[in-house]
Amino acid sequence: MPLTGRNLTCTRGDTTVFTGLDFDIAPGDIVVVRGANGSGKSSLLRLAAGYLAPTEGELRRDGVPIADDPERHRTSLHYVGHLDALKPALSVAENLAFWSRVLAPKTPASSRLDHDRTLDRMGLSGLADVPTRYLSAGQRRRLALARLIVCSRPLWLLDEPTASLDDAGTETLLGLISDHRSNGGMVLAAVHGSIAVDDAVTIRLGECRMDGMS
Amino acid sequence: MTTFLQIVARDVRLAFRQGGATMLVVVFFVLAVALFPLGVGPETAVLRRIAPGVIWVAALLAAMLSLDRLFQVDFEDGSLDQLALAPLPLELVAAAKCLAHWLSTGLPLVVISPLLGVLLELNGEAHAALLLAMAAGTPALSLVGGIGAALTVSIRRGGVLLSLLVLPLYIPVLIFGTGAIDAAAMGLEGGAHLLVLAALLAAALPLAPWAIAGALRLNLE
Repeated sequence: MPLTGRNLTCTRGDTTVFTGLDFDIAPGDIVVVRGANGSGKSSLLRLAAGYLAPTEGELRRDGVPIADDPERHRTSLHYVGHLDALKPALSVAENLAFWSRVLAPKTPASSRLDHDRTLDRMGLSGLADVPTRYLSAGQRRRLALARLIVCSRPLWLLDEPTASLDDAGTETLLGLISDHRSNGGMVLAAVHGSIAVDDAVTIRLGECRMDGMS
Repeated sequence: MTTFLQIVARDVRLAFRQGGATMLVVVFFVLAVALFPLGVGPETAVLRRIAPGVIWVAALLAAMLSLDRLFQVDFEDGSLDQLALAPLPLELVAAAKCLAHWLSTGLPLVVISPLLGVLLELNGEAHAALLLAMAAGTPALSLVGGIGAALTVSIRRGGVLLSLLVLPLYIPVLIFGTGAIDAAAMGLEGGAHLLVLAALLAAALPLAPWAIAGALRLNLE
């Protein structure tokens, strides 16, 4: 299930965000994307998710260009961006149940117990029936990250996943990432601060951008 | 299929729980129609003559009211990104959202329309035609309106632009919707008009979700 990008160029409007970017993610790998604001971290993640098509270059999943089989690619990845995709009027449990049924309709009906365990794991126990509008930013982020474990998908694309998380929340996230990797999962994460993960490969954006502009 | 129904159920639930959409649309529809007897005067002959047009124009405007948020809420809170990762094609996601929009706004309009027919003194046969025309026409409004909603999804206060885009596309529904009721009111056979309405719906059913999905994909970038 590896994901490879070759000679990727991304343009937004008239601006070239980055050019000639190569990367490889194999099962068990984590690739961390770093760079200043506006260096194209989010664009790279949206590119990898298939929301955005590269201007040049190619993304391959398992050797198959994702443009040839977009369905298989998009149903085997999780994207957690800046927006939490939660409905304020629905309760925590309803939001979680909705996404687990929509993203993984084929898995046998996730029992209430499973969702409870997920909420426990994310430090949201006791909040199942609370409308999401009453959650803090950090709690909303935890609930967004809970999508990663209610529905199992091999590739995680995380755009600044630690934003608004407290120390315990970051710790939980690192636990999820290491479990995911030990099960052969892949992670591509854009981060700003430090993130304590073992043997991460780092992509630095910004330098590529200078090449592209010269 | 379960995914499709999940999306429909969530949207309908949100429409009722947030308490706004359905009530707003129905109250607007009733008020807009009820203003006509006050403005035009209570003469039965005049009211009966203008009733089909008045009801349909009010229904078009009422349907417009809730359209601008159809995809915009999901776009702004990131739900659209997630829906694009579901095993369901985006075309069917679009169809599910249009169906939910019709259930929460179009269907209440159909249900309330006979009451407005009474208010405007429609006769017996015209009532049946009104109900049938509304039942066939309002789903087309939700589908065609969805195209405009998807095109203006990233525009803040896109409501006015949305009206300019969508209202011209509503003209066929307006013409054949009023035609069916007019014909029945005059004791003629209105079946042809209803069949054209049904044909419009049959054409919109595959084409609108396809166009909506295309517009939404552009906005996922």
